[in-house]
Amino acid sequence: MSDLALPRAGTGSKGGVRTLNLRRLGRRAALYLVLGAGALYAATPFVWMLLTSFKTHGEALTEPPTLLPKVWHFSNYVTAWQAAPFERYFLNTFFICFCVVIGISITSTLAAYAFARMEFYGRDVIFVMLLSTLMIPFETIIIPNFIIIRKLHWLNTYPALIVPWIASVFSVFLLRQFFSQLPQDLFDSAELDGAGHMRLLWSIVLPLSRGPLAAVTLFAFLGSWNSLLWPLIITNSQSIRPIQLGLTVFLGQEGSEPHLLMAASAFTIAPIILLYFVAQRQFMEGFASSGLKG
Amino acid sequence: MAVSIETRPTVTLPIGAAPPRRSRNRRKLRDTPLAYLFLAPALVVIATFHFFPVFYAFWISLRNWGVIDRGMLWFQNYDEALHDHRFWQSLGTTLYFAIGTVPVTMALACLIAYLLYQNVRFLGVFRTLYFLPYVTSTVASATVWLWIFDPRSGLANSLLGRLGIGHQRWMLEPKGIVQLLGSTVHLSVPGLLQGPSLALVAVIIMTIWHQLGFQVVIFLVGLGNIPRDTYEAARIDGANERQVFFRMTLPLLTPTFFFLTIISTISAFQAFNEIYIMSTNASTGGPGGPLGTTRTVMVNVFNQLQVNHRLGYGSAIAFVLFALILALTVMQVKLGGRFAHQQ
Repeated sequence: MSDLALPRAGTGSKGGVRTLNLRRLGRRAALYLVLGAGALYAATPFVWMLLTSFKTHGEALTEPPTLLPKVWHFSNYVTAWQAAPFERYFLNTFFICFCVVIGISITSTLAAYAFARMEFYGRDVIFVMLLSTLMIPFETIIIPNFIIIRKLHWLNTYPALIVPWIASVFSVFLLRQFFSQLPQDLFDSAELDGAGHMRLLWSIVLPLSRGPLAAVTLFAFLGSWNSLLWPLIITNSQSIRPIQLGLTVFLGQEGSEPHLLMAASAFTIAPIILLYFVAQRQFMEGFASSGLKG
Repeated sequence: MAVSIETRPTVTLPIGAAPPRRSRNRRKLRDTPLAYLFLAPALVVIATFHFFPVFYAFWISLRNWGVIDRGMLWFQNYDEALHDHRFWQSLGTTLYFAIGTVPVTMALACLIAYLLYQNVRFLGVFRTLYFLPYVTSTVASATVWLWIFDPRSGLANSLLGRLGIGHQRWMLEPKGIVQLLGSTVHLSVPGLLQGPSLALVAVIIMTIWHQLGFQVVIFLVGLGNIPRDTYEAARIDGANERQVFFRMTLPLLTPTFFFLTIISTISAFQAFNEIYIMSTNASTGGPGGPLGTTRTVMVNVFNQLQVNHRLGYGSAIAFVLFALILALTVMQVKLGGRFAHQQ
């Protein structure tokens, strides 16, 4: 992508090389200025969060604010961590995310395979039904889902936090798209050898689908990790709260302690940022493929 | 059982062509049970928690459902919603939020992606930075933005102070921004033109920050899909850069714009986390404050469920919004289809 030469104004003209270079220089400067401003917008909250998280309570609240902490108080992180059961929150979240990711991978792979590689009665009807659920806004189904969970006596339990999210129409579509583009020859020859659908899925489709499966896993993980509204509605005890809700409660209790809040925000963000830096390529490709081909 | 009348193929099929219809049908019949077995786990969950709830929501919206169900009301909840100024206000707030986030984010993302596409040095660094907000949780980042917009010792006021602009109350400010701008030149603005409250604008600034990187990545994909020879052809024809951008690049990005409009409009209508976090914790008197100026329909539904315990009425509101979104999506698809045809 970076070796693409784009047309530039004046390249065809016979004007003086000097003025051309100056103009080009000016354009490049403007370009980097805009990009730099955008980068500043993106980075400022992270920087400000970290800087505040090391200040004392008094320094955080000074007016006007200081830029760098006078003394770096790393102990704020320990104080914040001990001010609420964050350990429990994180464990809950890891458990919930793990179940959701595994669940979505299994249900989506199976369903996507059926849509992409099998012919069966009722396929189009079911496909359209699934497609239509993508247009339903979450606010429309949140009240009935709350009642359903209550009728199942699942309020305040792990299944309520997990089961409704272990299938995703979006993931089914993403995988179906990929599965149906796999070359037919692979399947024909395996079928001649007597392979059934289970076999085809396991030894042909799955090994070739690492990329899209990684994307589905990431989406599921991010969605589960970041959810707030659902846990807010169906839980009321500390012991099963996930981290985002834990942070929300912490924010309500410690609203006047910005240095602790920023420390808590920082360690809430940290695992995802780490994952992002480790798997950056998968993130980009995953989101990119969700875009135009999904 | 649908067994079709036997049709004998009249020509011999070349190798690799579709098998005769009869064996295809038999195969389809044979595969059907297994296919449903494959679909079952996904279908059960989606049917229970996504598909059925839509119909259930409509049923609930017709009933006098508080904490418990107290019988039929027919369309009284809808009647009440249409006469409830809070409902109309929340609809207006939702529109402000959508209009404030969707087009602005898209324009910024398109510009940044286009600039990044010009053989920029440190492309990877820029892309990583821009995308970073999108992967961070909205709860944590809204907490940080709330702190940035703190009226006393926030970064935003400190920066505005350097520019010689007075302190703002941000999340505590229910006045519209047009009104605030107008009052600096002693102009009073009538009700309808006051614009979104400064509090809502603060949430919008946070939301744009969060969404920008995702859209940049999608635009970069869109730009990459434009074949290179198109640029070369335009250059040979003597088009300058501005002409290339407006007459060629932008129109060829129509599918990207179309996709992003739909995706981001849907997510704007469902936005909750950042509004909840920023409005609840600024001591504005509950989610949606100050004075209800950040109470979108989503927050309104949440309040009906969690605070007022009026599930029937909440469902009615949600259903009106659903109808609106459906109409809007159909309109977008039709409009988008027409634009796509013109290309």
